[in-house]
Amino acid sequence: MKVPLKWLREYVDVTLPPVELAEKLTMAGIEAKGTQVIGGKWENIVVGQIVAINPHPNADRLRLPTIDLGTEQQTVVCGAPNLKIGDKIAFARVGTELIDGHTGQLMRLKSARIRGVESSGMVCSEKELGISDSHEGILVLPPEALVGTPLADYLGDVIFDLDITPNRPDCLCVIGIAQEVAALTAQSLHPPEVSYEEFPPPIEQQIAIEIADPDLCSRYCASLITGVKIAESPPWLQQRLLACGMRPINNIVDATNYVMLELGQPLHAFDYEKIKGKKIIVRRATNGEIIVSLDGVERTLSHDMLVIADAERAVALAGVMGGANSEVTDDTTAILLEAANFNPASIHYTSHQLALPSEASMRFERGIRPELTVPALKRATQLMMQLAGGQAARGVADVYPGKREPEPILLSADKVKQLLGVEFNLDQIVNILTSLGFTCQPAGSTSEVWVTAPYWRSDIQQAVDLIEEVARIIGYDKIPMTMLSEPLPQQNPEPVLSLKRKTRGILVGYGFQEVITYSLTSLEMLNKLTPEAHPLEPIPLRVANPMTADQEYLRTTLRANLLAVLTSNRRHEEGGIRLFELGKIYLPRPKDLPGEPEILCGLLSGARLEKSWQGDSGSLDFFDAKGVVEGLLNQSGVAASFKPSDDESFHPVKQAAIVVNNNRLGVIGELHPKVAEAFDIIEAVYLFEINVTDLLPFTIDHKMFQPIPRFPATVRDIALIVDTSVSHQQVMDIIKSFSLVNQVAIFDVYSGAQVPPGKKSLAYRISYQSPTHTLTDEEVNKVQQQILNKLSQQLGATLRT
Amino acid sequence: MLQQLEELKSKALRELESIDNIKELDSWRVHYLGKKSSLTTILRGLATLSLNERKTVGARANQVKTNLEDSLGQKEQALREAQLAAGTEKEVIDISLPGRPLPIGRLHPITQTLNEIGDIFTSMGFQIVEGPDVEWDYYNFEALNIPKEHPARDTMSTSWVETNRGERPMLLRTHTTAVTARVIEGMEPPIRVIEPGKVYRYEASDATHVPMFHQIDGLAVDKGITMADLKGTLYEFARRFFGEERKVRFRCDYFPFVEPGVEMAIECLVCNGKGCRLCGNSGWIEILGAGMTHPQVLERGGIDPEVYQSFAFGIGIERLPMLRYGIDDVRLFFSSDLRFLRQF
Repeated sequence: MKVPLKWLREYVDVTLPPVELAEKLTMAGIEAKGTQVIGGKWENIVVGQIVAINPHPNADRLRLPTIDLGTEQQTVVCGAPNLKIGDKIAFARVGTELIDGHTGQLMRLKSARIRGVESSGMVCSEKELGISDSHEGILVLPPEALVGTPLADYLGDVIFDLDITPNRPDCLCVIGIAQEVAALTAQSLHPPEVSYEEFPPPIEQQIAIEIADPDLCSRYCASLITGVKIAESPPWLQQRLLACGMRPINNIVDATNYVMLELGQPLHAFDYEKIKGKKIIVRRATNGEIIVSLDGVERTLSHDMLVIADAERAVALAGVMGGANSEVTDDTTAILLEAANFNPASIHYTSHQLALPSEASMRFERGIRPELTVPALKRATQLMMQLAGGQAARGVADVYPGKREPEPILLSADKVKQLLGVEFNLDQIVNILTSLGFTCQPAGSTSEVWVTAPYWRSDIQQAVDLIEEVARIIGYDKIPMTMLSEPLPQQNPEPVLSLKRKTRGILVGYGFQEVITYSLTSLEMLNKLTPEAHPLEPIPLRVANPMTADQEYLRTTLRANLLAVLTSNRRHEEGGIRLFELGKIYLPRPKDLPGEPEILCGLLSGARLEKSWQGDSGSLDFFDAKGVVEGLLNQSGVAASFKPSDDESFHPVKQAAIVVNNNRLGVIGELHPKVAEAFDIIEAVYLFEINVTDLLPFTIDHKMFQPIPRFPATVRDIALIVDTSVSHQQVMDIIKSFSLVNQVAIFDVYSGAQVPPGKKSLAYRISYQSPTHTLTDEEVNKVQQQILNKLSQQLGATLRT
Repeated sequence: MLQQLEELKSKALRELESIDNIKELDSWRVHYLGKKSSLTTILRGLATLSLNERKTVGARANQVKTNLEDSLGQKEQALREAQLAAGTEKEVIDISLPGRPLPIGRLHPITQTLNEIGDIFTSMGFQIVEGPDVEWDYYNFEALNIPKEHPARDTMSTSWVETNRGERPMLLRTHTTAVTARVIEGMEPPIRVIEPGKVYRYEASDATHVPMFHQIDGLAVDKGITMADLKGTLYEFARRFFGEERKVRFRCDYFPFVEPGVEMAIECLVCNGKGCRLCGNSGWIEILGAGMTHPQVLERGGIDPEVYQSFAFGIGIERLPMLRYGIDDVRLFFSSDLRFLRQF
């Protein structure tokens, strides 16, 4: 909302410099996004009058106007086509900073010789003055402009660009801002006075108004002015509309817009002659009903939309835009002027459905008060007669089914203190509220007061609303800062939060870079994860209004995003890449919000370590991935086993399921070559994935202390020959089943020339230990023999010699 | 006998003098001081001597033994020092060579920021809770005084999740305040929580907009919580996050779920309040929205606003590291470009 300072001054004395006023408004909730000074650099520009125009001796397009500046006369060279003797113009003396009409750059005006004629000064266009982009001709000032006076006195202004929050439609007008300024600076408000002569017959005899859908229209008022003459508005009015960002049209339409900007009530002028049956019906549109709006667009309506109709057809989209069929044109002589109040939700719905935001709809959808209609109607009627002549019919038509008496709210100084944490006395509170137009009536006790909101405020329903008024006018900076002093609430932190934080910490410690990718993805991306095309399971949730095709579905896996991250980084990264994301996936559930488990997905690819002067450390592989998972689970206190797995995104024989207590919690493996290809990846990639939500219950078991062994361990190495089909895990399980075995580690895996075909050698270091005594060689030998026997019986293992 | 001792001593010391490595020292020790050495033999044979002789020879033999032991100690120390000095020269390393590389992992700057803010508020007794990303219209809007067709909905362009006709409308939450609505409904006062999470907007990406970003909302409910407490709590956050010197401003603003509504801004980090492009010449940068929780919102969630007072706030996260590190494009956070992520 743009508010010119000069206009504001008509209703309130502005006692602060513009910058300070903007600051005050901002602090009180009306944010000044900008303050535009018009004429700040106009100290050398004065009002002049063209007294003579002579041709340029050397150029057809140029002329030599002589300008009377009061104290002197100046003749300059000018190319403008609209020079006219007698016109008042803006004359810039040499040295003025102006905007170059051609380049748009700031420049300083110098004396110049143009086609052989000396020119010292310039007659300015609007563009050169920085008022608008118009540069077709010079700016012609109204005749009442005084020759010789500084232009800044005449045209200079400060325009505040104010951001009005949706709860304050009363501030979408100059008088509303003036009310705020009055309250904030302890000044009084001077609203415009309205009175005009009315002529019979009474309006009721000339128009019938019916509100068929009172739920969508709480009030409809109208006045009638006959004998008007449509013309351009006077310059002062046009200037004000332009300053506020509105385009002047004609005196009637401009008057409606002017009063809307002044008082906040949208108005609409119908050509009275075009209203069929002299009847206005406010009703819901019929489905498929068609209206051509003022912008010339044919619009198809639905039953949820409200129209203003005459006896035969819709003549306006209520509160949104007028209809072309009842438009005021140059031939119009009688005006039916509407000031109505419409249901905010209905207006919001209609203007959004039709993608037709307007100054009117913006005000209605924020919920202006029905009490505004009559004052605005009368003010506009008066203004129209001033601008276009004519006679107002007696009275105003007023149908008001939604009338409600304002309800007073009880407010106490205690309540204010209780909420704000600082004490204000009742007099202070009453003064502030009164300055904003509230009425305060004494209540039962001296610390309480009954407060009634002024008719233009639609945002006041209860005591807290009044307390905000007090706080913002006094200033939030007057409220002290205290720390919460109540006892600490019981803390029951969610265990999954600490597991997530711990997991991230562990992975970072292992050298992984965390990434965060979008939750939204595309089917195309998800399909890349399946080497053989088939429908996705589960079918991901779709966004009903996707912004782009690559953000249409809620991800059901983190894998695709992580692989895409690898691909994009490979364009500029060599060497090893270790990435992880810990985030939600979204699994649809019928008639419910989706499941949102927290998933950890990690990716490893490339060199194990950055190339070093101490030699190559090889490439990352399956066992790097597995090491990370094992370390992570170990640090989380979870004992997991790894089982064969058949996840289609992974290499068929290079993947393992992560199993905890018979629950499959994740997978590790090398990416399937076809999937890699789909992501334009040409290297081996290893992924691991763990469902952190499902892992949680297995991590919260308390660890139990194991006494540190008091007796020494005996360490023995054994090398076994087994069939290649025998797994390390099988051997491990047997060795570990003996109670004196304290630790086992595999330290060599070999297959090749030294062992028979179809066999492999596995070497283990076994540590034997007893909690009760030092083991003798005989005891160790005995257990080891039992182990070897069992390995031989169950796995056909022989000792390698 | 004494004579024998003197000869032994001088011979031993001469030999010791000529030794130049530690290994030989040991054989010298065995030879002159060991169990089978002549000195030990003499000392053992003392018993066979007369009392007088025993006294003089014994004293002298022990003197010689001490003398030899001390000389051995000195010699050994001298040899070790010499060896170290000689060795150091040979073992010089180029300390400018890089260490053995280890992979270095980092948290995403957003995670770092969330952790930092989480730590600040948990130290003030706020507990972290989370809610779903996909949310019912009710918790995102209706419960927060934003019914259908409310103009506040226009400021939060919403991504709707496709549902079957007639089913409850589901959306991607536009703010973590949706979690506040759930907490009010689900927890008993006293409450102090913060609610970090992802939020979504139906918006095209550019340098200042992304369709997904992060917020932390907060809520305190108890008897006697005031706006002064709100200011104090938020100031404490700003002081710890931005530093003691950074000025903070509280002004009136509007959010449908609070009354009075508050906006907190800090003095611009680029121009320190003088006005620049970053702060739109205002000198201030908006950091968060807040206010006293609207009585209707409390009541709808089953908390009696006559008994309890409450404040709520919401912080946009991406902005904070952008301001702190001078990042000029919010899309970088989700580009997953390692050249970006490695800087934090």
